[in-house]
Amino acid sequence: MMSLTFLPVLAPLLAGIIILLARLGGLNLQRLLSMLSVLLLTFISLELMQQAVQGQTQVYTLGNWVAPFGIVLVLDQLSALMVLITSILALGALWYAVTSKIDAKGSHFHVLFQIQLFGLNGAFMTGDVFNLFVFFEVLLLASYGLLLHGGGAARTKGGLQYVVINLIGSTLFLFAVGTLYGILGTLNIADMAVKVSQAQPEDLGVIAAAGLLLLVVFGLKAAMFPLYLWLPQAYANTSAPVAALFAIMTKVGLYAIIRVHGTVFGDSAGELAHYYAPWVLGLGLITLLLAALGVMAARGLREQVTYLVLASVATLLIGLGLNSAEALAASLYYLIHSTLIAGGFFLLADIIARGRDQIGDRFISANAMPQAVLIGGTFIFGAIAMSGMPPLSGFFGKVLILSSALDHEWFMTILGIVLVSGLLMIVAVARSGSLMFYHTQPDAPQGESLNSLAYGAVVMLFATGIILVIFAHSITLLTESTAQQLWQSSDYIQAVLNTRAVGGN
Amino acid sequence: MELIIALIIGVLTTSGVFLTLRGHTFPVVLGLTLLAYAVNVFLFAMGRLTIGLPAVIDPTQAEYADPLPQALVLTAIVIAFGMTAFLIVLALKSRSELGNDHVDGQSCPEGEIPVETDVQKQIQRNEQL
Repeated sequence: MMSLTFLPVLAPLLAGIIILLARLGGLNLQRLLSMLSVLLLTFISLELMQQAVQGQTQVYTLGNWVAPFGIVLVLDQLSALMVLITSILALGALWYAVTSKIDAKGSHFHVLFQIQLFGLNGAFMTGDVFNLFVFFEVLLLASYGLLLHGGGAARTKGGLQYVVINLIGSTLFLFAVGTLYGILGTLNIADMAVKVSQAQPEDLGVIAAAGLLLLVVFGLKAAMFPLYLWLPQAYANTSAPVAALFAIMTKVGLYAIIRVHGTVFGDSAGELAHYYAPWVLGLGLITLLLAALGVMAARGLREQVTYLVLASVATLLIGLGLNSAEALAASLYYLIHSTLIAGGFFLLADIIARGRDQIGDRFISANAMPQAVLIGGTFIFGAIAMSGMPPLSGFFGKVLILSSALDHEWFMTILGIVLVSGLLMIVAVARSGSLMFYHTQPDAPQGESLNSLAYGAVVMLFATGIILVIFAHSITLLTESTAQQLWQSSDYIQAVLNTRAVGGN
Repeated sequence: MELIIALIIGVLTTSGVFLTLRGHTFPVVLGLTLLAYAVNVFLFAMGRLTIGLPAVIDPTQAEYADPLPQALVLTAIVIAFGMTAFLIVLALKSRSELGNDHVDGQSCPEGEIPVETDVQKQIQRNEQL
């Protein structure tokens, strides 16, 4: 059977090119092609997920050059899971963009959207650090275009800062990659892990420094303290479907930490084994506290959602910092939940802003929006899921992470910060909800009525919150086996390094 | 040669960091460009410094230079080039939309887009004098 491993990378790229050419056929043709491409991607990623859960790590050698000399695409359970989340999120975001006609506000929305997916899937599947850098640049370039889609002064301002900070991040990435190559002589992640375990003692300091520099870069992508300041500006000011798709962007940084640091500085790394974990844990705790304060201080709903995204990233950082297979499994469960719900919440914020006419999403009392009961109900659902209250998936994710922290020496600190920040978020979200849905002015102008097609995207993304609860058992089994596979990084290393060229000897 | 290369990387990085921390977009763009130069030279040096050796294996030569960093640098240069071009266009766009070239859109009250005319600037300058 032919390997499908390269399809999640190739399909969006080809779709992007075709959609660019289809410009002559008008926007509707572009929309159709874009939707078809994302649907196709969803089916491919479902199929790949099914293949991946059988436990075999699939390796695709690009140009038939075997690792460590060539670049490989690797499909294990984690990459399959990330690709699947991306395509589901993309489906929701794209559906919203098409139905609310946001994609018509500037040119090339669909092209950029597909290239963004190309970069994301590439970053999730590559087995080479330099290639990871290239895919980071691809997804960043597309994200710059998407971020500025529609224009406007606030968007430009946030966009400029986003571009500058990410360019600095790219430079740091290259410094780290260069240093690692200079010492280890390889950039293949699996091969790097082998080389680190055989490294001379005098080289360990430099390797550790380069590893931490990489952590800074990934932390910047993931919006880890103190590198999160770009996120609220950029996400709160961009258009809703773009912000929704960007819910996965911070997770790219987290994924890179799991993949690169987890493999290279895994159990086999000797003195350097897991040396980065206390940093991730400590910075995650600080980020969570600051994010909770940000949620309290936000002046508008979209700003509040960006801080909620930040809080979910921080929770995931804590899960990674706990550094055990159990915590990793819990984090992955929380990752699925937080990405999809956050994406839905960004879309909902836009629906609310449209219903409030001039006032938009600012926390000022306005007229009751059309269909306030329905939208309000959805808001409560999203708020409960995002702030981690029972009975929805956010609660289970947090419980799983906290229960895996029970044996950790910092347990009381972790428990305290997670619970206090959770309380702060619940208070803040409850306050903003009551302000928007109860404190209404009867004589203020009313906004647009609900676009029920666009609302479908929110329902779709929020429904995952229910699915995650109903099928919690099978999904935790999945994340546990994923975490187990990641924890035994030797399997990954063996799979990559033992792949033979097709038709070769 | 090692010392010269190290000094060049150091000076480029220092100047780059200094310029990147400035408040206006133009020095920031220049700073990022210098940082990109610095990292290119750095990547190049990571394949070890050699003189007069071929990058592709030559049967008449005993040794060869490491070709991989050269490929990496080439990729990095292209990416940095594209990014800089994009950043310059974005900086120009923000200059025209925000009315000033501050990175954080300074002196721009919320919800308002200030348009400084040349006359106003002249008045300000006269006042400062």
